[in-house]
This record gives sequence, C-alpha cells and structure tokens, in this order.
Amino acid sequence: MSDRIFGAVGLFLALFYAWATLQIEESFLSDAVGPKAFPLIIATILGISSAIIALKPDPEPVWPSLARLAEIAAAVVVMILYAQFLPEAGFVTATAVASAYLTWRLGTKPLQSLLVGVLTSVGIYVIFHLALGLSLARGPFGF
Amino acid sequence: MDTLSSLADGFAIALTWQNIALALLGCFLGTIMGALPGLGPSNGVAILIPLAFTLGLGPTASLILLTSVYYGAMYGGRISSILLNIPGDEPAMMTCLDGYPMAQKGLAGEALSLSGIASFVGAFFATWGLIFLAPQLVKLALLFGPAEYFALFALAFATLGGVSSTNQAKSAFAAMLGLGLAMIGVDTQTGVPRLTFGEVHLYDGLDFLVAIVGLFALSEVFIFLEHRHGSADAEGKKIEVGRLSPPMSMLKQCTPTMLRSSVLGFVAGVLPGAGASLGSFLSYSMEKKLVDKHGTFGTGDPRGVAAPEAGNNAAAGGALVPMLALGVPGSGTTAVLLAVLLSLNITPGPLLFQNNPDVVWGLIAALFIANFMLLAMNIPMVGIFTRVLMVPPRILMPVVAMVSFVGIYGISGSSFDLLVMIAFGVGGWVLRKLDVPLVPVILGTLLGNTMENNLRRAVTIDNGDWWTLVDSPLSLTLWAIAIIGFILPIFLGKVVRARMHARRDEEGSTAD
Repeated sequence: MSDRIFGAVGLFLALFYAWATLQIEESFLSDAVGPKAFPLIIATILGISSAIIALKPDPEPVWPSLARLAEIAAAVVVMILYAQFLPEAGFVTATAVASAYLTWRLGTKPLQSLLVGVLTSVGIYVIFHLALGLSLARGPFGF
Repeated sequence: MDTLSSLADGFAIALTWQNIALALLGCFLGTIMGALPGLGPSNGVAILIPLAFTLGLGPTASLILLTSVYYGAMYGGRISSILLNIPGDEPAMMTCLDGYPMAQKGLAGEALSLSGIASFVGAFFATWGLIFLAPQLVKLALLFGPAEYFALFALAFATLGGVSSTNQAKSAFAAMLGLGLAMIGVDTQTGVPRLTFGEVHLYDGLDFLVAIVGLFALSEVFIFLEHRHGSADAEGKKIEVGRLSPPMSMLKQCTPTMLRSSVLGFVAGVLPGAGASLGSFLSYSMEKKLVDKHGTFGTGDPRGVAAPEAGNNAAAGGALVPMLALGVPGSGTTAVLLAVLLSLNITPGPLLFQNNPDVVWGLIAALFIANFMLLAMNIPMVGIFTRVLMVPPRILMPVVAMVSFVGIYGISGSSFDLLVMIAFGVGGWVLRKLDVPLVPVILGTLLGNTMENNLRRAVTIDNGDWWTLVDSPLSLTLWAIAIIGFILPIFLGKVVRARMHARRDEEGSTAD
C-alpha cells in the first residue's frame, strides 16, 4: 500500500512539475532547446517511474508506530525552532538546548542529557569557533 | 615516464606540513566514522565538507582531508564487523562472516591486524591502478563532445542503481528527483527563473551541500530516533583484542588471496554501478570458490577476512578513477567528493588533469601517504578505535546533527538553508523507508545543470536537430551500455541481492 501511495504522490509531483515548467516565461533570447525541454523530459520519466512504482509495489516497509512517528515529528519541530531561533538566541544557548533534547529523546536520563547538551555545545564552540575560527551565530551575550 | 614525474611533483605538493596534518586528521576521523555503525564513508565525508569549505582550505588541501576520510572509513568499517559482528559500514558486511568467528576463537587481534594489512594491500594497488588507468581514460574522454557527455551522464544515472538494485523504477525516480531539484533557480543560458515560485532564496538554486548533508547525515539521526537506538552496541560486551600481529604463516597463506581480491575489487570499483560493497562481495565469493577446499570459510578462515577487506579498499580507489577522469562518479562517496570539487569551482573530467595537475597529483600522492598512515594507525593503535565503539549513539547522533547544522550555517549564515536541510533530512528518511536509493538524488542535484548544458549545447550546435545525440559511434555505444546497464538488474538484481543476503544469513547463523 505504501508504494501505491508513493507512486500516486510521485505521479502528482510529475504533473505538478510539468505544469510549473510550462509556467516558465521564456525570454525573447533563447537557444534552440530553451529552458523548458529538459525539465519536461524529467517530468515525463518521473511520471513513468512513479506509475510503475504504483502498479508494481514492493513488499510493505516496516513503518514505526504512531508514538515513534510523533517522536520524529517532535524532533523535526525542535530542529525547525533551532533554525529559527539560532540568530537570536546565539549559538551556544540554542545548540545546548537542541542537543540536550535529542540526547534525552534517544534515551539518556534528563539531568545527564542537560549536561551532555551543554558539553556538546561548548565543545563545538571551542573547536569550531575558538580553534578553527568559524563564524557562528552571535546571541545577546556574544556567543 | 611522464606519469612518474607528475607523481613526484604530486609528492612535493602533498608533503607540506599542512597537508600531512590534514591527511593525518582525515585518516583518524575517517577510521572513527567507519568504525561507528551508522556513520559510513558517505555521510562522514558529507558532514566534513562544509567545514573544509568554511575553513577556507584550498582545493588540494580540502581534497586531501576528505579523501583521507574516505580511505579511513574504508579501513574503519572492519573494526566493528570483527569485534561485534555488526558492519561499521555497508562494504564491511562481508568481513563479518569470517572476522567475527575469528574474534570468537580469541583471534580478534590477528583478524584486525590481518584485515588492516589486507586493506593496505588493496588500497595500495588501487592507487597504482588509479595512476595508470586515469590518464588513459582521460585520453578517451578528450574525444567526447557535448552529445557524448550527455550520453555519459545518462549512463551514470542508468547504472547507478547497481547490479544489486531490485527496483529500477525507484532508482529512476530518485535520479529524476535529483535532476528536477537541480533545475530550480535561474536558467544559466537564458536568465529566466525556473520553478522558484517567486522565492528569492531559490534564485541561486538549491545548494547541493545542503541537500547532501540533509539527506545523508540528518536522515541517519531520524533513523536512530525512530528505533530509539540509543545504547552502544558494544555495551556490556567485553572486547578482548589480544596479540596485534598475524603470524607469518597466516600472512603467507593470505598473500595470493589479497592480490587477487585487490585486482577484482579495483575493477569492480572502476565499473559504473558496482562500488565497494559489490567489490568485497565478489572478492569473497571468488576466494570461497578458489581456495575453500575444506569448507572453512565462514568459520573464521583468515583468507575470508583478507579477501573482502582487500576487495573493498581496492574498490574505493577504483571508484576514484571515473570521478577524476570523467567527472562522473560511480558511487555514493565519490559523488560526495565530486560535490567538493564543484563547490570549489573545479570541474572534474579530462581538463582537470590539464588545468589543475597540482590538484590531481597532489591528491594521488596524498592517497599514498594516507595509506601508510592508516596502516600505522590501524595496527598498533587499533585499541583506541575499539574504545570509540563504546560511545553510545544517544550522545553521538545529536553531535552529528549539531555539527551538520554548524557546517551549513557556517557557509551561508542563513536560517533558510537550515530549514531546507531539515526538509531534506525528513525527505531522506521517508525515501529510505520506501527503499528508494539516495545516491541518485545526490548525483542528480550535482550533475543536473551540467547535463542540461551539454544537451542544449549539443542540440544548438546542430541547429536544433535532436538526432545529433545519437549520431556518433561513441555516443551510440554509451547509450547502449546505459540501456543494458539499466535493464540487466531488472532480471539479475533479485538474484544477486538474494545471494548477498543469503550468504550472510546462512553463515551468520552459524557464527552466532
């Protein structure tokens, strides 16, 4: 079933891709092929392979339970928040929080995770910023 | 003797303190990444690219660092195969078969040192192979026009799924997905924005480094989260290494095996669509047929350890040949290395040897140096690396995620790129669940624009005649190989894959 859904999504993606390609406004100066031909070839092959995937599905993969899916979704949310707040909160704070969260969710005890998070963050800061001179996001405290 | 003098120049470049230090660092990090289950050569290199890039290393220096990581990971994969019966990376799968039984017999140290020597032999011969074969391939590549290049790219995509691929529709889907993503951004020839939906951030196109790190490194973090696989595999097990040198008789017994496996592995590495995993599998199978007269393979035969290790390291060197000479990588890790070259504004392929001989020969010389370093690291110091296996993923994986974020943020300083990377991470996880290969996606985003440019150049030169794509014998040959390479696995893939797994299961069960 997963492959049938996947194939259908792929087919839809191919159609959307072809439609989006046709929306490209061509410039009056163009080569013989133009900017649309190659994307249209891609959309065609994408469509054909999606159709084959939908018609001849592989055995069902093992999907995680709902709880595990929620776990991944939560991690994604944390990462998105991390990306958004990195410039405001500064590298060390944001990274400590994010890596403490991930460490905790992978099965470390809460207090220990906090410690690991802070150590990870400070460690990366020391190696990459202080030693190697990489510019990292500066927060309100300058780090 | 042109080659040898170029090589000497290469050594002059590679033997600076900075480059030696980078090679040493790369070998060390690579061995660690190879040894840790969950981090392999491709994601190891992927994480380090942005760093090499932001540190402002030159092309030669970055390549030396990253290929040392690549070679190192190939060495490192065997450590957890032998000690824990868990392959550290995919090519090391075959090493479990005889390596783990040897360790159970109390011969872990012998197995580790023997496989270290086998890795050295494989990589050493493959580097010589690279030196002599790559310039020949360059001569051939100089005959290529745009139409032939277009066919060559098609060949690369058609065969990338590999002989062991079971679902070619999924390989094709992955390749098209990658190519499709590469189209996003302003068209280089006419200057019109394509598929950007008005988003200014997308005008420059997607940065393939962001895609690579997301697909390879972040998706791995999600896999670990999914299984909540947080404790180290080595936890609770006692790792005894024992004596760290193989007896002379064992070495003597294994020498022919190593030499044969090196040749076979190198060939498997050069050919499109084979790669290191297949190289080690073929070497093991061949040796089993040739020398296993008493049925000792699978029960801790030292030759069964030497064969796959020599094979996969030789294949790693062989895979560099098409990447450097043609600009078309045949495996995941070489695709990642291609990304390094492209992001440093160096176009691999025949002109690389003419325009940037310092890069090529410096790299090759560095491979020799790295190989000796790895031999030194992997035999006397292997104890350090076995300790690494004790680091639990619950601490390691967050570090991987954070280093990925740091690397990408360091390049662009934009949160938008981080969001794109997260999207690629999630996408990569879903694709992996659905058994869609990720390497074609990467290669597609890398080569998409070059491939399109070659197509448009070819057709434009011929005044809009599309038949120009198939009107030279060279391009017809390439297309023929591409089509055969794509169709063959549809019939053979199931058989080959079933064999690779059957052998492991069958002999794995006797090992446990």
